[in-house]
Amino acid sequence: MMASVHILLALALAPLLLGVINRTKAFFAGRNGQPLFQLYYDLAKLLRKGAVYSRTTSWVFRAGPIVGLAAVVLATAIVPLAGVGAPLAFAGDLVLFAYLLGLMRFFTVIAALDTGSAFEGMGASREVQFSALAEPVLFLALAALARQAGSLSLTGILSAVTPAGPAWALVAVALLVVLLAENARIPVDDPNTHLELTMIHEVMVLDHSGPDFAFILYGAALKLWVLGALLVGVVLPGGNIFLSLLAMVALAVVVGVIESTMARLRLLRVPQLLVGAGALAALALILVMR
Amino acid sequence: MQLLLLAVVALLFGGLAALWRERVGPVTTVAGCVIGLVGAVHVLWTGATVSLKLPWAVPFGSFYVEADALSAFFLLPILGLSALAAIYGSEYLTPWRGKKSLGASWFFFNLLVASMVMVVLARNGVLFLVVWEVMALASFFLVTFEDERDDVRAAGWTYLVATHLGTAFLLAMFVLLGCEKGSLDFDRFTTGKAGLVFVLALIGFGTKAGFWPLHVWLPEAHPAAPSHVSALMSGVMIKTGIYGLLRVLTFLGPPPVWWGWVLVGVGLSSGILGVVFALAQHDLKRLLAYHSVENIGIIVLGIGVGLLGMSAGLPVLAALGFAGALLHVVNHALFKGLLFLGAGAVLHETGTRDIEHLGGLLKRMPATAATFLIGAIAISGLPPLNGFISEFLIYLGAFKGGVTANAAIAVPLLAVITGLALIGGLAAACFTKAFGVVFLGEPRSEHADHAHEPGPAMRAPMLLLAAGCVAIGMLSPLTLGVLAPVVSALTPAETLWDAARPLVFVSGAGIVAMVLIGIVAVVRRPLLARRHVGETGTWDCGYAAPTARMQYTGSSFAQPLTELFRPLLGTRKKFTPPTGYFPETGALTTDTPDVSREKVYRPTFALVEAGLGRLRWLQHGNVQLYVLYIALTLLVLLVWKLS
Repeated sequence: MMASVHILLALALAPLLLGVINRTKAFFAGRNGQPLFQLYYDLAKLLRKGAVYSRTTSWVFRAGPIVGLAAVVLATAIVPLAGVGAPLAFAGDLVLFAYLLGLMRFFTVIAALDTGSAFEGMGASREVQFSALAEPVLFLALAALARQAGSLSLTGILSAVTPAGPAWALVAVALLVVLLAENARIPVDDPNTHLELTMIHEVMVLDHSGPDFAFILYGAALKLWVLGALLVGVVLPGGNIFLSLLAMVALAVVVGVIESTMARLRLLRVPQLLVGAGALAALALILVMR
Repeated sequence: MQLLLLAVVALLFGGLAALWRERVGPVTTVAGCVIGLVGAVHVLWTGATVSLKLPWAVPFGSFYVEADALSAFFLLPILGLSALAAIYGSEYLTPWRGKKSLGASWFFFNLLVASMVMVVLARNGVLFLVVWEVMALASFFLVTFEDERDDVRAAGWTYLVATHLGTAFLLAMFVLLGCEKGSLDFDRFTTGKAGLVFVLALIGFGTKAGFWPLHVWLPEAHPAAPSHVSALMSGVMIKTGIYGLLRVLTFLGPPPVWWGWVLVGVGLSSGILGVVFALAQHDLKRLLAYHSVENIGIIVLGIGVGLLGMSAGLPVLAALGFAGALLHVVNHALFKGLLFLGAGAVLHETGTRDIEHLGGLLKRMPATAATFLIGAIAISGLPPLNGFISEFLIYLGAFKGGVTANAAIAVPLLAVITGLALIGGLAAACFTKAFGVVFLGEPRSEHADHAHEPGPAMRAPMLLLAAGCVAIGMLSPLTLGVLAPVVSALTPAETLWDAARPLVFVSGAGIVAMVLIGIVAVVRRPLLARRHVGETGTWDCGYAAPTARMQYTGSSFAQPLTELFRPLLGTRKKFTPPTGYFPETGALTTDTPDVSREKVYRPTFALVEAGLGRLRWLQHGNVQLYVLYIALTLLVLLVWKLS
């Protein structure tokens, strides 16, 4: 029962995180900023709109957002929140979690390539490069936690985390980098950039419109939520649901602060950031193996 | 057993009949394969090991064949894919009808299938080497089908040399195994020097399987062969190397830890370098050939996990590793067979394998594109298809050991986890490139524009293979019933059932994912029903006259990653920049030759050639002189024998 509640919480509150991030950024820029619930309004509007498709595209372009959303909804069922076991928990579920996000990415990328646009191809190319490097970081970090907890499911791992020690801190930093990279945030990608040439995630979805685009925005919000829930579970393990939700909001504020105080890295530097995060996770693994 | 031998006989006679009437070739292949499949399934079903031993006049030889679970398991993909490839080939080869001797091609095809069957049945060293050699020669003649082309002849030559170097190591291995008891029957082998035997097997079988850096023949021979032959060679023939390695492991007893380390190292280098080189290719079939190296790497990682589990006394780990490796053998046969057949269909319709000249084929070849997409998702190891299942078993084994075992075992296992994650990400990058550039967007050339769907004989095998990929993904717990007895040939497998229980959840999640996709699709439909749905050109920032050549190419898509791995790849670039205020022409060509071929084999063989060149003075082309050599040799031998 509790387990299904947390999926409903994720489905309902995920778009709020982006609102918090944007309000934080507005605060740093000295603006009022958009309403906290802006993404909800956007989604409602997009769902009521028609759509325009490129003549080049095929069913792959239409399938992209559908498969992406389905995959990330399933992924939310694997990540526990606030010590409540996830509805889908079994030995090795962390592998399924990572690969469901991979499935979502695969379809986003081929939907982008379906338009035949050089810009979208460029974004897709960067996306696969960075995610190929982020994936091992995620696995190394989870392996370090798993070794500490002696469990192979995210529910078991997160219920056994002890939030102290150098290994824990290293894992938390590595997971934060993964979260920023996977969700196309600064310093890897700038969601507010104004030039197609410099975008990654945003440029891949340039041609989507109407309900398709709503699915994409909602799916992206859910992806931020699941990776955020993972990080919050590591940083603040425990059973208090309100504290965990508060931590999610705090995480969104942190992301907003990072976006406000940092510039985006040059594209050539991003692999170094990811490999660096991988080194941190590997170090954590060595520490827990002693 | 009788059925299996009957299948071999049927294939051989069918091959001979094909020489007489080429049209009967594929029919007899399918018939032989079906007979053999019934036999193999029977062996797996009853769980009985059946054998047959007949005397043979050859020294140390005996006609000793046996079908146990391990043999029967490898027969399933061998016979299944052979039958489908034959059906496909019957249409694929039609353009050559009347120009080439297709009967000979079918003869060698049947000979190849029959010899693969015999390889997994043979239980005598001499018999094994004979059928191994027949397999190599039959596939050589299949590779050199288009022997009027220089590149095909060169590829065939590379393959012939590589396979014989591998066989030399196997010969030494069998001698070592059999020397103590003076018999080459498998059941009388002794393992005095297990370490040396292991290394010889690794090199000998690794050459056939395509371990890095012994893989050099793969990216040459597979693109050169006709596509149904590439599918067969890449899908199952190279797996006979894996079979050989596993079979030898059953002789050798408990493995020391270093074997596991070595296999993990081989698996990681094959897996990562295989996919990195695949990324740099723009020949579709060459790209797929490098992915075979990658997938063989994943299989070897599974065997490595299994060996580490055995040496550490962790039966769960061992069972999961071997089960993952074995299942990946079947899975790779399914999706790699499918992808090669798809690539063949593209080649058949467009006449080019260069992905930079393709594009937009999805609208022209919808069934080929859909099945190729299924193969691409499966080979990237993504749920809910079969590639994920076998990788999941290997992951699960590696995690189980990595979480509990001591450092000597845990370190290689954690390397397996990281390596698999990296390989998975890069494979997804490579197959979004392959599928995206070939099938999506706009056609980049006339040939691609005028392509259309191939006939039913080529489509049906692709559809069946794609169905197999989906079925194993959705029904994975059922595979355990087949896998458990096979795994128990290598290591105690009682723990497998319990350890692999998560497969129920994995496949369940896969089914849920399909349902969710259905729900989202159903929700989307009414949303668009009464709204305006328009069509326009792709948004390109307001540029007025886009052409298909402005699309992102495969090379540009892969460029960030190939740039990252440039020190490994050694890509050669030829760049003619456009110059002047009104530039007219500019050109960029890239070419990524195989690094081990360029850096290891070419210099070595050049050295050998230079060394042997010094003996040229012996060879004058004068027949009388050669007769003198023979006479002198006989004289020397006579004197030696008498003294």
